[in-house]
Amino acid sequence: MKETAVQLPAKQEKRRVIRKSWNMNRNWPLHMMLLPALVLVIIFQYVPMAGIVIAFQDFKPWKGLTGSEWVGLDNFWFLFKYPDIDQVIWNTLVIAFFKMAAGLFVPFLFAILLNEIRLMAFKRVTQTLVYLPHFLSWVILGGILLDILAPDGGLVNKAVTALGFESIFFLGDNNWFRFTLIVSDVWKEFGFGTIVFLAALAGINPALYEAAEVDGATRLKQTIHITMPALMPITIVLGTLSIGNILNAGFDQVFNLYNPLVYEKGDIIDTFVYRLGILNGKMSFATTVGLFKSVVATILIATSYRLAYKFANYRVF
Amino acid sequence: MYHKTLGYRIFNISNYVFLGLLSLLCILPVIHILAVSFSSMAPASSNLVGFWPIGFTTDAYAKTFGNSNFLNSLGISVLRTVLSTVIGMVLVLLTAYPLSKEDTSFRGRTMYVWIFVFTILFSGGLIPSYILVQKIGLMDSIWALVLPGAVSVWNIILMLNFFRGLPKELEEAAYLDGAGQLKTLVLVFIPLSMPSIATLSLFTMVYQWNSWFDGMIYMRDIKDYPLASLLQTIIVQQDFSKINVDPKALENISNRTVRAAQIFIGALPILLVYPFLQRFFVKGMVIGAVKE
Repeated sequence: MKETAVQLPAKQEKRRVIRKSWNMNRNWPLHMMLLPALVLVIIFQYVPMAGIVIAFQDFKPWKGLTGSEWVGLDNFWFLFKYPDIDQVIWNTLVIAFFKMAAGLFVPFLFAILLNEIRLMAFKRVTQTLVYLPHFLSWVILGGILLDILAPDGGLVNKAVTALGFESIFFLGDNNWFRFTLIVSDVWKEFGFGTIVFLAALAGINPALYEAAEVDGATRLKQTIHITMPALMPITIVLGTLSIGNILNAGFDQVFNLYNPLVYEKGDIIDTFVYRLGILNGKMSFATTVGLFKSVVATILIATSYRLAYKFANYRVF
Repeated sequence: MYHKTLGYRIFNISNYVFLGLLSLLCILPVIHILAVSFSSMAPASSNLVGFWPIGFTTDAYAKTFGNSNFLNSLGISVLRTVLSTVIGMVLVLLTAYPLSKEDTSFRGRTMYVWIFVFTILFSGGLIPSYILVQKIGLMDSIWALVLPGAVSVWNIILMLNFFRGLPKELEEAAYLDGAGQLKTLVLVFIPLSMPSIATLSLFTMVYQWNSWFDGMIYMRDIKDYPLASLLQTIIVQQDFSKINVDPKALENISNRTVRAAQIFIGALPILLVYPFLQRFFVKGMVIGAVKE
């Protein structure tokens, strides 16, 4: 009895200190507000992270996580020996790289050209039209592209044959498929990508152009020596940040445009994981490939964010 | 003055022409689909239709709306979009408000931020998520389309930054008047953030309407597919094995004009909200992208 009598005030005192430093009287509603999102994130994000253990198992759905056999790193060795994996990784890198490069260069150029337009109505209409494809999904665009790229009389091939060439099977020819992916991706996203550059252009001090004019610089010279350098910081930031996406060649697009004819040049890691894991039921192996990709991507993202901070003083959070 | 030189004038005219053509390039495919969808079957299938319907008819739309699979999926898409947007926005507001506090006044805030941000950097991937949805019995349920993506960390970050831009004095005034945290959020912060809420809601709606992949893996029966997944299956993959229709009805959903009509209806909600979206997104993007 005596002991508890001494302990109780101490315990209460400790609890009081904690309550005070966490300011629970006023802040408990804040914790409550976070609760629903926290629960959802734990269930739908963190639990699947734990599910990654099946990459180290020979997972059988009917045996479950605990009943399946542990195989250590066997899935990883199998991954590096899998016959198609080199080609799949290479496809992913090539497609992602060209999309990134073109996706940076085209909006850069487009923003500069758009900046020369003085007719505001024309500028607005142009912007409205070029931003639009960004908001349409690859399912819709896939349906449209299948129609206009059809080798037998699709709209594009009618133009190609009118120019005197043979019609091209854009979505079924291994020589053309990557090209089609890259061009259609640029077509969808270049307008939207311009927004960031236009924002940077709006921030250029007009006095710089006036001074250059007084010095007799032509518009081309002004563009090279004022506009382009002003766009450089944001270009470097975007370029650096996109390094983290080098393994993302665009699942939505490839999945909606590819077919068995072009697996050789068009199959990427994400589509490969989907076919293997969901369609063929090789869940452990597909998870291994996914994990490999996730780890590499996380390292790259962390590195690129650091680089962006170091070189361009850019912070995302 | 560079405007007056001959070289610049030539550049200027070709620039207008070039940009004009480029803009047309972005809209012409959609116009072509629209023209095909309103054309008669014969000119459409012999590739005669360009950007204007030949033999105008609304036959394709009649067939599309006579297709019960299509109507059913349309309803599911509307339902998932509404549910996801409402639930998503409530979660964004409830989460962004506490996280917009400083760590000094709300201890634990930084820890919470990291719990959320980490999910952007790393994820369990496709297969474990799929197994999870299967295990907790969400397969074939609309909640499988709503709940896994309900918490959008990007939207929370955008909203949080907006809350931080609001004057501190408002919050202090509310506190002095005796408002608790929830009252401060509902009566002070939310009324001031209506433009941001509208922007994020529109973006969420577009995203949800366009989502197709979750429907294809979490729904085993095509009756439960949202519209985007249905279009993926029957128009992009042209896989008719999942639908039970007699060959004659199949003709009704697979010919070119009907395909075009379905594609256009799939894109229509986006085209309708687009003018409102465009008013907001330039501003919204800049809020998110530029940090002082």
